[in-house]
Amino acid sequence: MEYILIVLAVILGGLLGWLLKQTFNAEPWVADVVSDTAHQGPMNAHSKLIGLVTLLAVVTSFFALIVSAYTLRMDLGDWIPLTEPGILWMNTGVLVVASLAFQWTRNAAVRNDESKLLPGMIVTGLLTSVFVIGQFIAWQQLNASGQYVTSNPANAFFFFLTGAHAVHILGGMYVWTRATVRLMSGKDTESVRRSIELCALYWHFLLIVWLVLFGLLLST
Amino acid sequence: MPLAVVLILLVVGSVIFHFVSPWTFTPLASNWGTIDLTINITFIVTGIVFVAINLFMAYAIIKYRYKKDARAKYEPENKKLEYWLTGITGVGVALMLAPGLFVWAEFVNVPEEADVVEAVGQQWHWSYRYPGADGKFGEVDAERITMDNPFGIDPADPNGQDDLVVAHPEAHILLDQPVKFLLRSKDVLHNFTVAQFRVKMDLVPGTQTYLWLTPTKAGRFELLCEELCGIAHHTMRGAIIVDERADYDAWIAKQQTFAESQVVVVGNADIGAAQYAICGACHGQQGEGSVAMNAPKLAGQSGWYLQRQIKAYQNGLRGVHEDDTYGRQMAPMAATLFDDASIANVIAYIQSFPDTPAPHTIAGDADHGQRLYRVCSYCHGKDGMGIQALNAPRTAGMTDWYMARQLQNFKDGVRGTHKQDFYGMQMGFMGAIVQDEQAINDLMAYINTL
Amino acid sequence: MSSYVAIADRDHEIEHHDPQTFIRKYVWSQDHKVIAIQYGITAIFVGLIALGLSLMMRLQLGFPNEFEFINPESYYQFITMHGMIMVIYLLTALFLGGFGNYLIPLMCGARDMVFPYMNMLSYWAYLLSVIILLASFFVPGGATGAGWTLYPPQAILPGTPGVEWGILLMLVSLAVFIVAFTMGGLNYVTTVLQARCRGMTLMRMPLSVWGIFIATILGLLAFPALLVSAIMMLFDMNLGTSFFMPAISSMGVDPGFVGGSPILFQHLFWFFGHPEVYIVALPAFGIVSDLLSVHARKNIFGYRMMVWALIAIGGLSFVVWAHHMYVSGMHPYFGFFFATTTLIIAVPTAIKVYNWVLTLWEGNIHLRVPMLFAIGFIFTFIHGGLTGLFLGNVTIDMPLSDTYFVVAHFHMVMGVSPILVVFGAIYHWFPKITGKMYNETLGKWHFWMTFLGTYAIYLPMHYLGFQGVPRRYFAMGNTDFLPESAQALNAAITISALFVAATQILFFVNMIWSMKSGKKADPNPWDATTLEWLTPDTPPKHGNWGPDLPVVHRWAYDYSVPGYEDDFIPQTVPPEQAPAGRDHGVVD
Repeated sequence: MEYILIVLAVILGGLLGWLLKQTFNAEPWVADVVSDTAHQGPMNAHSKLIGLVTLLAVVTSFFALIVSAYTLRMDLGDWIPLTEPGILWMNTGVLVVASLAFQWTRNAAVRNDESKLLPGMIVTGLLTSVFVIGQFIAWQQLNASGQYVTSNPANAFFFFLTGAHAVHILGGMYVWTRATVRLMSGKDTESVRRSIELCALYWHFLLIVWLVLFGLLLST
Repeated sequence: MPLAVVLILLVVGSVIFHFVSPWTFTPLASNWGTIDLTINITFIVTGIVFVAINLFMAYAIIKYRYKKDARAKYEPENKKLEYWLTGITGVGVALMLAPGLFVWAEFVNVPEEADVVEAVGQQWHWSYRYPGADGKFGEVDAERITMDNPFGIDPADPNGQDDLVVAHPEAHILLDQPVKFLLRSKDVLHNFTVAQFRVKMDLVPGTQTYLWLTPTKAGRFELLCEELCGIAHHTMRGAIIVDERADYDAWIAKQQTFAESQVVVVGNADIGAAQYAICGACHGQQGEGSVAMNAPKLAGQSGWYLQRQIKAYQNGLRGVHEDDTYGRQMAPMAATLFDDASIANVIAYIQSFPDTPAPHTIAGDADHGQRLYRVCSYCHGKDGMGIQALNAPRTAGMTDWYMARQLQNFKDGVRGTHKQDFYGMQMGFMGAIVQDEQAINDLMAYINTL
Repeated sequence: MSSYVAIADRDHEIEHHDPQTFIRKYVWSQDHKVIAIQYGITAIFVGLIALGLSLMMRLQLGFPNEFEFINPESYYQFITMHGMIMVIYLLTALFLGGFGNYLIPLMCGARDMVFPYMNMLSYWAYLLSVIILLASFFVPGGATGAGWTLYPPQAILPGTPGVEWGILLMLVSLAVFIVAFTMGGLNYVTTVLQARCRGMTLMRMPLSVWGIFIATILGLLAFPALLVSAIMMLFDMNLGTSFFMPAISSMGVDPGFVGGSPILFQHLFWFFGHPEVYIVALPAFGIVSDLLSVHARKNIFGYRMMVWALIAIGGLSFVVWAHHMYVSGMHPYFGFFFATTTLIIAVPTAIKVYNWVLTLWEGNIHLRVPMLFAIGFIFTFIHGGLTGLFLGNVTIDMPLSDTYFVVAHFHMVMGVSPILVVFGAIYHWFPKITGKMYNETLGKWHFWMTFLGTYAIYLPMHYLGFQGVPRRYFAMGNTDFLPESAQALNAAITISALFVAATQILFFVNMIWSMKSGKKADPNPWDATTLEWLTPDTPPKHGNWGPDLPVVHRWAYDYSVPGYEDDFIPQTVPPEQAPAGRDHGVVD
C-alpha cells in the first residue's frame, strides 16, 4: 500500500500546505471591512479548472490504488511476468503525439487562433482513437497467443490496468466530441476554448498515468 | 435541568452497571492475564475520562442554563488550557498504548518450546493435525484435498506420514504447556476463538496464520468461528480440551496417523449380507424401510453417513435420550456390528440395493416447503442428494416420515444434544427454525418432489 | 474586477432560468436546496428500510426462532443490507448529499453549487444506485449475505446467500454510488473553494462547512479504493481471475482459483472503510459544533484548534485502516504501527470533545430540541470514542474483535452519535428549510426516548462482548461459557430497540404536521450569525440571495460579544457598526 500512501501524502500535503497558508496566522475572531481588492468572491473562470484538478486527484487515487494492489499481489508467488505486446510501444508514441497535438491546439485556443482549432482537435481525436484501437489490438494479440485474463494475475492486472486507463480515455473522448461538435457549429467559442484548455490538461494527465503504468508493466 | 440530572444518572448508572451486572469477562484460562491487565488499565483511564467529562458537562448545563439577564462569556480560545488538555490526553493515550504494544510483542513471538497443532477450518467444521512422532508437518496443498484426504497432505512427503489427523472438531492440548496453533482454511475466512483463552486469529485460505497460548486450567473449552463464513457460520463450533499429561498422552495414542487414514477399509458385501439379516428384519430385505417397524429406508443413503450414525449409536451420541423411543431401539442393534470391518461390510451390502424412492406418506404444501427448503439446500443440496464435504446426508427419495420425526427430534433437543455430536448440534440449530408440524410436513412434501 | 462581472452575469442568468414548472422545480431540479431535500428524503427512506432490517435481526436475537421469515439465510441478508445501507446509502448520502448540498452554498454565501447540472446528475445516479441495491432483494437467490464488508472468498462462493445475483447487484450499486458521490463531491469541494462570497475567508467558515469539506475530500480519495476492490471482485467472480481468490476446496469442489489473497481485499476495503467512518463523523462534528455554539450563545471554543483537529483527523484517517485487521492474519508486525497511529488519532478527537464541552462552559444555554440532541451526541460520542480506545489497541482488540463489543462500539460512535446530530440538525434548520416551526414538545419527547432508548440498547451490548458473544451469529445455542442471563439481556436489548424504532414515529409526525400546520417561522429564530439565516426569503428562493450577494465581515461565532447589545452579530455586519474593543475576551 506504500504507493497509494505516497500519492496521498503528496495530494494531502499539497492541500495541507495551502490550508496552513490560509489559516495559520489568521485570527478569525477579528472582524474587518472587506476591501474591494481582497479576494473572496465567485471566480467562475477557475471553477472548472478546480473541479478538473479535483477529479484528477480522484483518478490519481484510483490508479495509485490499483498499482498498490498490483505490487501486493505480485509478491504472492504465483506471478509470471507478462511479456507486453510490442504494439504498446507504438501506442505510447501515438498517445505522446496526441498529447502534443492537444497542447498545440490549446496554445492556438489561448492565442485565439480559431482557424487552427478544428484541425488540431480532429488530429488529436484521431490519434487518441488510434491509441485506443491499438490497446484493443494488444488485447487481441495476447488472447491469440493464449495469454488470457485468467492465465495469471499478471495478465489479469494487465487487462485491468489497460482497461481502466482506456475507459478514462473514452470519458475524455466524450468531452472531446462535445467540444468538437460545438466547434463545428461555431457557437459559444469562448466556452469551447476553455473546454479545449481543460481537455488538454486531462490528456496530459492520462498520458502521464499511462507512462507510469507502462513503466510499471515493463519493469515487472 | 432534567438533562443534567439524566446525564449524571447515566454516568452513575453506567459505573454501577459495570461493577454490579452479572455480565463481565469470561474467566481466564490461559497465560494471557496480561491482556486482561491491559484492558483494566484502559478501563481505569477511559472510566475516569468518561466520568469527568460528563459530570463537568452536566455541571456546566446546570450552572449556565439559560437565564434571561445572563450573558455568555466571550472567549474565542485559551491556548494555555488547550495545550494542557492536549498534553494530558497524550499522556493518557501513551499510558494505554504502551502496555498494549508490550503484550502484543509477547504475542507475536512464540516461545521456542511451544507444541504445535494445526487447526483447519472449512465450511462449517473444525479439524486438526498434530505433527506426529517426527515433530514435522507434511506439505499440504489445497488442490490435493479430497474426501479421502481432507487435509490435502502430500502423500509423497515422508514428514506427513506420521501426522496425526483429527477429523473431528475436538482437539486436546496439554495443561501448562505453551501451544502454537497454526491456522489454515480450506475455503473461506474463519476465525479461531476460545473466549477463555483471550487470543484469536483469522484462518485465511491460501496462507497460514498462528496464535499461541499456555492453557492454565484443565477442562473443555468451546471453540467458535468468529469470522462470518456463510449461512451456517453460527454452527461452526468445536472444542479444545485441556488435559493433564496422562489423559493427553492417552488421547494422542488413540489418534490416527495420516498413513493409517489412507488405508481404506473395503467392505465385503457378501459377508455383510449375513450380518444384514438382523437389520433387514426392520429395515427390509432391500433396505426399503418399513413404516410399521419404524425403520427408515437405507438403500441409496451415502455410506459415510450410515457409518457415522452406526458409530454414533455405538458411542452413545445418539439413541440415549429418554424421549428417543426408536433411537433407543436402534442402539443395541448397532452394537451388534462389533468392529469397523463389519460396519464396512454391512454398508457395502446396503449399497448394493436398488434405490427406489421411498413411498410418500406425508402431504403438505410443497410450495411453502420449497421456500423453507432454501436454507436446507445449502448443505443438503438443491437436488437433495446431500454433500459429503458439509456432512449433510441425502434427503431426496428418502423416508419422509422418518425425516419428519428426526427434524422434530432435533427441534426438541431429543437428538443432537450430546456434546460430541457436532453434526447433530448443527442440525439442531437448523431444525429450530422450522416453526411447527405443519411446516415440517410442507418441507417433506417438497422434498418428496425432488 | 472580472469577478463582479461574473456575478452580474449570473444574476442575469438566474432571472431567466428560474424554473417555473413543477417538474423543473421539484424533480429535474438543479437547485441545490431541492437536490438536498431529494437526497435527504431518499436517504431517510432507505434508512427506514435498514432500520426495519435491524429490527428483524433484533427479534431473532432476543426471541430466537420465533418467526419463519427470519432464518439464517435471510438473517445474513438483513445484516449485510442493514450495514451497507446505514453506512453508505443513509449516512454518507445524508450528510454530504443532504446537508452538504443544503448548507455549503447557503453558509458560504453562494447562489448555488458551482456545477448545478452535475449536482442534479449526482442525485439521480444516487437514486439509481439505491434502486439497484433494493432490487437485489427481489432477484433469484435474494440479496447478498456476505456481511457489509463483503469479504472474499465467501462473498462469491456458494454457502453465502445471494451469490447468484445479490453480490453482483451490490457491487454494481456501489460503483454507481461512487460515481454519484464523486459528481457531488467535486461540486462540494469546488464550491467551497470557489464560490464563497466576499469576505468569507476559510477561517470564517462555519465548522459545518469545514466538516463537510474535509469529509468530502476524504470521500473523494477513499471511495476509489472501494471501487477498485469492487471491480477486482467482479473480475474474480465473472472472469475467473484470482485477485482475491486463493486455491481452495469449496464444499469439496475446486472452483479453480489459484494464488490470490483475501487479505489484499481487506486492505483495499478498509483503506476505504476507515476514512468512511470519518466521512460520516466529520460532518457530524462540524454541525454539532454550530448547534452548540448557537444554542449556548457562545462562540465555539478554540475555533482554530477545531479546524486543525478536523484536518488532522482527516489526514490520520488514511493511516489507521489496518486496525480493522489486527486478527485478520496480516503480518503481525503491522499491529505495532497501526495501534500507534490509531491511538494518536484519539488526541485530536479528544480535543474536539473538550472544546464542545468548554463551549457550554460559561455559556447561556438554551435547551431547545436541537441543543438536546447536540448534548446527547457529546455523551454518546464520548462513550463510543472511549470504547474505540479499547479496539484500537491491538492487544485488547484480540479478545474483543468480532464480538458484540465491536457492534456496540461502532453503533455508538457511528450509528447513534451521527444520527443524533442528524436529528438535531433537522430540527435546527427545519424553520429555514420549510419556513415553519416544529413542535417543541413532540421534539423533546422524541429526543428523550431516542437518547435513553439507544443507550439502553448499546451500553449492555458491550458487556455481551466482554463475555465473548460473537457478532454475526444467527443463534447462540447452548454454550458453557455464557450464563442464561445473557439471553435475557438480549431480549431486553431487543425490547429497547423496538421501543426506539417506534418512537421515531414522533419525529415523522412532528415533521409532517409542522410542515403543514406549524407556526410560521421567523427568518432567524435562533438569533444565529451564519449566512443561511440571513436570506431575504424563508425558505430561500432559487438563487438564495436576491439581487446582491452577501459580504462577510466577521467569523461565524460572534455571540455575546462584550459591548454589543444583542448577543449575536451576523456575519454580514461590518465592524464600524459594532463597538470596538473586540478582543477583550481573548486569553493568550
